[in-house]
Amino acid sequence: MNDMTPITTTLKDWETDQEVRWCPGCGDYAILKAVQRTLPQIGADPAKTVFVSGIGCSSRFPYYVESYGFHTIHGRAPAFATGIKLANPELDVWLVTGDGDGLSIGGNHLMHVLRRNVNVQIMLFNNEIYGLTKGQASPTSRLGTTTPSTPQGSVDRPAQPCAFALGSGARFVARGFDVSKHLPDVLKAAHAHQGAAFIEIFQNCIVYNKDVFNDFAAPKGAEDRQLWLTDGEPMLFAGGTKGIALDHETLSLQVVDVADGDWQAAGVIVHNVRNRAIAHMLVEMPFGAFPMALGVLYDDPRPTFEGAVIEQNSRASEGRDASLAKLLAKGQTWTVTGTAADPV
Amino acid sequence: MATLAAEQSAESQVQEAAPEAVVVRFAGDSGDGMQLTGGQFTLSTALAGNDLATFPDFPAEIRAPQGTLFGVSAFQINFGSTEIDTAGDTPDVLVAMNPAALKVNLAALKPGGLIIADTGEFTQRNLDKAKYTSNPIEDGSLAKWDVLAFDISALTVEAVKPFGLGNKDALRCKNMWTLGLALWMFDRDRQPIVDWLKAKFKGKPEIAEANIAALNAGHAYGETAELSGPLRKLTIAPVESEPGLYRTITGAESVSLGLVAGAQLADLPMFFGGYPITPASAILHHLARLKEFGVTTFQAEDEIAAICSAIGASYAGQLGVTSSSGPGIALKTEAMGLAIMTELPLVIVNSQRGGPSTGLPTKTEQSDLYQAVYGRNGDAPMPVIAARSPADAFEVAIEACRIAVQYMTPVMLLTDGYIANAAEPWKVPDPASYAPFPATFLTEKNAGERLLPYKRDAKGARAWIKPGTPGLMHRIGGIEKHAETGNIDYSPSNHQAMTDARKAKIDNIVVPDQEVCLGEDTGRLAVVGWGSTFGPIHQAVRRARRKGLPVSHVHVRHVWPLPKNLGALLAGFDRVLVPEMNTGQFKTVLRDQFLIDAESLTKTSGQPFSIAELEAAIGTYFDGIPDNEGGEVPANPAQLPVAESGYDDGSLKAVNP
Repeated sequence: MNDMTPITTTLKDWETDQEVRWCPGCGDYAILKAVQRTLPQIGADPAKTVFVSGIGCSSRFPYYVESYGFHTIHGRAPAFATGIKLANPELDVWLVTGDGDGLSIGGNHLMHVLRRNVNVQIMLFNNEIYGLTKGQASPTSRLGTTTPSTPQGSVDRPAQPCAFALGSGARFVARGFDVSKHLPDVLKAAHAHQGAAFIEIFQNCIVYNKDVFNDFAAPKGAEDRQLWLTDGEPMLFAGGTKGIALDHETLSLQVVDVADGDWQAAGVIVHNVRNRAIAHMLVEMPFGAFPMALGVLYDDPRPTFEGAVIEQNSRASEGRDASLAKLLAKGQTWTVTGTAADPV
Repeated sequence: MATLAAEQSAESQVQEAAPEAVVVRFAGDSGDGMQLTGGQFTLSTALAGNDLATFPDFPAEIRAPQGTLFGVSAFQINFGSTEIDTAGDTPDVLVAMNPAALKVNLAALKPGGLIIADTGEFTQRNLDKAKYTSNPIEDGSLAKWDVLAFDISALTVEAVKPFGLGNKDALRCKNMWTLGLALWMFDRDRQPIVDWLKAKFKGKPEIAEANIAALNAGHAYGETAELSGPLRKLTIAPVESEPGLYRTITGAESVSLGLVAGAQLADLPMFFGGYPITPASAILHHLARLKEFGVTTFQAEDEIAAICSAIGASYAGQLGVTSSSGPGIALKTEAMGLAIMTELPLVIVNSQRGGPSTGLPTKTEQSDLYQAVYGRNGDAPMPVIAARSPADAFEVAIEACRIAVQYMTPVMLLTDGYIANAAEPWKVPDPASYAPFPATFLTEKNAGERLLPYKRDAKGARAWIKPGTPGLMHRIGGIEKHAETGNIDYSPSNHQAMTDARKAKIDNIVVPDQEVCLGEDTGRLAVVGWGSTFGPIHQAVRRARRKGLPVSHVHVRHVWPLPKNLGALLAGFDRVLVPEMNTGQFKTVLRDQFLIDAESLTKTSGQPFSIAELEAAIGTYFDGIPDNEGGEVPANPAQLPVAESGYDDGSLKAVNP
């Protein structure tokens, strides 16, 4: 996010004249709408907004947002974004990546953009599959996923995007899913965060991995399977009848029943977005035994990378003469007059 | 243009008595400070008004085990009262700080040359490490050279005694003692070295004083020892050079300064994305200290991120630059394609080294030419220009910036390990003497009410549009795009048109006509070079011409696109010889582009060509023996890099067959 004068726009202002080329019913449409709904709400200026992406279905995103957009190469969007922010920190940069782009070919760059804390919003669309290349297993595919490249089922363990982000040093980690009505709020929180903000967005690939998130994303029974986190609020779900507590003996999370709304008696934890230890537990909380943790899991800003670079550059330049003629003539020199040389 | 007759009469006036040039090689353990000694000797040589060229050679290992053959580090300098273009073929003087240094470098020494050896290091242990079965200083095996052997270690320890250093620290001053002796031999002023030592050890005055005492003691040894034997004072007359202010410069410094100058001429801040790699890292190090010139340096997580961040910065309106060496350039390849596709300016510096793969990280080669000109997926044309010497790299870096900005294209600048590390005197240019080429950015729609990001100017370049500019929002990317709007367009006619447009833009880059740098514009033989072979080719052609051979030297800076007149120029010669430190890559390009029968002379031993090798190759065109022209120059054990310094089996097969 950047401090800039808010601009008045509408959702329509963020639509381009390009035909959207995702499969009908793809979760990407919902995410695009959520973003186009969020941008006016945060007062974003199309001229100062840049969407940068890698390769994959998700990475077509920039073509559909009426701002500046750079569709780069596979996995490297974080590196382009870093160069853009160092060259012009005034720009508001959104990164669009996927589970293959961001965690497979681009895992290294994702780690470093988070570790450095470049002030960008990173939306990782996780559909647990390679869509654009027609359905191979991705680094987030669950064990046993049957695809053309894993006809007998995948045997490699999936990566956990939010755990990866936190482990890489991210200072903002959030989760949402494509059709969730809360997604704009998550995006707004990410934008408000100064520094690298990582958002895992579960996205339904209608063709190659259809409804794989239905066990928590389907409207029916969502209450029991989604834990929406709010800073300062108790971690309650299932209509307030259940909560998340800390088992002090094993130092692990547990689901507890809440009787008569007395969550305090049940030992339910109050969410503190600055608590890194609890954040580590939330990102690893296994779905099934637990609900899916959604919303802002962690948010504790630190100074940004580009801020530090610019400050150091200006300190290093302080009082130094930027004369090229002097620079070229630096060091030990001598003057030739005729044939004799004299040290200068 | 020089004429043969004038050159031959100049030759007859050369006096035989005073040496025109001297080659000195300092060799020691990689911990002995030989590169430092060489560097300071270079400075004193420059101050004495000699022309010079140097070549440092160091092991790939940072600290190889002490005293071993593969831990030998050497520095060679060629200096003289005439124009010097190479570090010299064979040394006249070899300073050997230990048995390993003697063994590895001995074969290079001219018969009758002088060996200066530190007997203090010729212990049984060190002789064993160097695989000597007997002490060469005592067993008569050095009879064909002059030997001056004395205990430099002990003399140094004695000289620095008053400063109370431990034995280890005291011995570290040995290189300054040796330098002092060398300064005496060539009648050099010690004061600049004294000043440098004082500045270097500002916080440790006792170390500075000890080193100065060692320097003075070495000098005094030459002065007072009255050695009747081989040690004698030589005065090399200053070279006649153009009046002006001079300094010494390495290729890495020169590229860095040229990039800073280029960015200023383009009126742009510079963004440099780099990743550590030998021998390119020095450019990152230099630029990291020049922040006041609007330079941002970024050490990325890998080579790919280095170039991608630079492209990102160019996209955002700065001059993006990245730098690497062969294997790192290979990693950047896909991103170069994106810069070509999105038509953004970018300078890519490739300090070539021996390949393929990791190859020879610290040795020189010119084998990335195909990679530079052809090495990308798709039809991906990109300009390539090559520096011929450390000083020339300054001009070439400015030229790379100019082409990148004016034509909205990535440009590859080729140097190599030799140019990056070698030093030569440089007449400091006046920045005001270069024509500025300020970048312009589009600030309003360029087609009435419409924005056409890929609309081209007369040069074929599209407009540069900075994100942040109101009203000019647009999308770019690596997918084929419509010839005007830049929107995704896979249609057959559009891809054809865009492929043609990208090619035409690069083909039509205006490059200066090719000139002949020595000799006539037509004749029996043209020796055509590019890059760091300039020095040895130039000297070899000069020598051949002094013998009356009708040879010309043509040296190409613009490797791609080639100068428009080059084909016609080369067609004016009966034969064309292309010496290259690869298996004949530029030869192939010339044959392809001009249908001329260019012949190859190749050398791929990680060593530069020696003048003698090229002189011999030129001779084959005039000796009347059919079909002996061109071919391959074998590894030369008498030349830096030291012959078998990569091995420690003690056999030095190539040196003592």
